[in-house]
Amino acid sequence: MIRLTEKPIDSQQVLAQVQSHRAGAVVLFLGTTREFTGDRQTSSLDYECYPEMAEQKLLELENEARTRWEIVDCAIVHRLGHLELGEASVAIAVSSAHRQNAFEAGQWLIDTMKAVVPIWKRENWSDGTAEWVHPGTEPSTSKTT
Amino acid sequence: MIIAVKLFAAVKQLAGREIVEVDIPDGGTVHDLRAALTQSFPDLGKILPHTHIAVDQQYAAADQTLHADSEVACIPPVSGG
Repeated sequence: MIRLTEKPIDSQQVLAQVQSHRAGAVVLFLGTTREFTGDRQTSSLDYECYPEMAEQKLLELENEARTRWEIVDCAIVHRLGHLELGEASVAIAVSSAHRQNAFEAGQWLIDTMKAVVPIWKRENWSDGTAEWVHPGTEPSTSKTT
Repeated sequence: MIIAVKLFAAVKQLAGREIVEVDIPDGGTVHDLRAALTQSFPDLGKILPHTHIAVDQQYAAADQTLHADSEVACIPPVSGG
């Protein structure tokens, strides 16, 4: 199950999506809004995506995870829009008969998602500036409006 | 042919709009599209080399041929999660 949502992520609901009597393990990963990156202070984040392609890519990731590991079920939810500190931007839950597959598939899903799915984060810094995060490029800072 | 290119995040911010149009020869490729973008939108010059081009929602190679009805997007380095 994959979902892009503007609403807060309900982690219990994501867990419930993958729980099954066939599973002896459930792994849940939450990515949450961190206040400090080095010595820079974040006040909030905004996420945007290319919706059609992001859904397509997330489905591909789910299918590939199911091919590579013996998992019972998997759920990937990514939040979009404005997030305050501490809120979850992403939840990935994987269930499997034994824990190793759930751990490995979960780690692969978050790592691969961060590398290929067209979703972008904007850091709204506490000094009033904001910048889109594009790893490997020079920051392009702008004043928050 | 005219190709509409969807823009996101810092690329959209730099261009000041969500979609730009570029003119490339019929049968042109992703490589031709990149050249046209670089020429038509100098403000994007710094970031364009770091971007991928997606065609019909899949990352595309430089030699992929474009069609007038291709869905084209410029994908800067992603930062979800």
